[in-house]
Amino acid sequence: MAQPLPLRGLAALGAMALAVLASVGRVTRFALSTFRHMVTPPFYGREFLVALGNVGWLSLPVVGLTAFFTGGALALQIYAGGARFDAQAVVPQIVALGMVRELGPVLVGLMIAARVTSSIAAEIATMKVTEQIDALVTLSTHPMKYLTVPRVLAGIVAVPLLVGLGDIVGIFGGFTVGVKSLGFNPSVYIRNTWDFLEPLDVISSMVKGLVFGFIATLMGCYAGMGSGRGAQGVGRATKSSVERASVLILAANFLLTGVFFSL
Amino acid sequence: MISISGLQKSFGSNRVLAGVDLEVGRGRSMVVIGGSGTGKSVLLKCVLGLVTPDAGRILVDGVDATAGDRDAFLARFGMLFQGAALFDSLPVWQNVSFRLLRGALKRPRAEAREIAIEKLRRVGLSPDVADRFPGELSGGMQKRVGLARAIAADPQIIFFDEPTTGLDPIMSGVINDLIREIVTEMGATALTITHDMTSVRAIADEVAMLHGGTVRWTGPVAQMDASGDAHVDQFIHGRAEGPIAALR
Repeated sequence: MAQPLPLRGLAALGAMALAVLASVGRVTRFALSTFRHMVTPPFYGREFLVALGNVGWLSLPVVGLTAFFTGGALALQIYAGGARFDAQAVVPQIVALGMVRELGPVLVGLMIAARVTSSIAAEIATMKVTEQIDALVTLSTHPMKYLTVPRVLAGIVAVPLLVGLGDIVGIFGGFTVGVKSLGFNPSVYIRNTWDFLEPLDVISSMVKGLVFGFIATLMGCYAGMGSGRGAQGVGRATKSSVERASVLILAANFLLTGVFFSL
Repeated sequence: MISISGLQKSFGSNRVLAGVDLEVGRGRSMVVIGGSGTGKSVLLKCVLGLVTPDAGRILVDGVDATAGDRDAFLARFGMLFQGAALFDSLPVWQNVSFRLLRGALKRPRAEAREIAIEKLRRVGLSPDVADRFPGELSGGMQKRVGLARAIAADPQIIFFDEPTTGLDPIMSGVINDLIREIVTEMGATALTITHDMTSVRAIADEVAMLHGGTVRWTGPVAQMDASGDAHVDQFIHGRAEGPIAALR
């Protein structure tokens, strides 16, 4: 006998909740396995350096441009908004605070999710579909150690540095707009920026970068390793990796902001 | 020697292996034939530990394949994958000498490269291929590189998964001859899965036919044509009519 509509709705809701919990469990297990392989030999230094180049060095242009334009736009917005209550002078301080505490880490994290997470997921998923992962196993090489650990370590090392660079370039973007378009004195702008920032702002930025780097690379590896068959499987893995990484980065940002600035 | 007994594996409700018993003698070349989807690849993957069987036993030289040091176990194996499965981020020579560049069998880089070039020569490829990437090679060349990788560490046991799939008849003949020569000169135990009957006749000492999740018939290749089994007969002659349903 068919269930009444409300019960069917509840059953669907329950099934969805179970699927989400199962997914959380699988990601957690994958993360724990990654940590375990990180601290047990063998270590693949060459693969780590290649991953560091891909995650860090090759992301510099996109991170730099994104930060510069965001810093510039932020300066314009704060100036226009501040004019409503005669507070245009706070542009240097708010640009610095906004970039370092929030926009720098989040935008870099999302850029890495778009550029690196998708690329990792597509690469590993293709390797899975073409039996390259199986080939690794038959060649006595653990795929977690050879593929996942170097990429996740590269994310943990490179993304905080990218965030630091993004913060500086973003502030420079605000400075350029402030001095060239809004009539700020360059030395006053720099002094106001420097004096206003506190060590905790910079530390929170770096910690967010570390966490976002971990999330972005882990999600790429997780989706790639769990990819389905064929071109459709690779496409799905790539799409879901970016979705998961982006949502987790934003959620982690919310939590970390709460932790750091309730101190 | 490889000894498989009572091997079972299901994927959901699909029972692929329903109790496979198979023996491959040391230094012998066994070819497993059977239609698509009969579990030939799953059988190989169970032996290699890529798929965990539901039940059954796999012994290699009397040692349980599912227990003990996996790396030491796999160090004795070479495997040629259906699509060659070359690592497209690495040049050919690093693909061939992959096992020799890391892990227990690690050699100095220059020596590993020398061995790779020697193995490439053995499969009929010139040294200038060594620095090219897999994506720059034809299907036949990729298969040969895969074969060179499979024999790079002089394994005692070599598996060949559909070695001639996707190749033209001449290149298939070249690969078949290479496999036969290499297996003979290395004295390796070989397990090949294929549905290419030309390969079977070129490579096999013994043949086993997998059907319905079990070994339907096994015997020397010379007796295959007179097996007296209607399934084997239909398969080796490629007839649409017979006990094996054409649509599966």
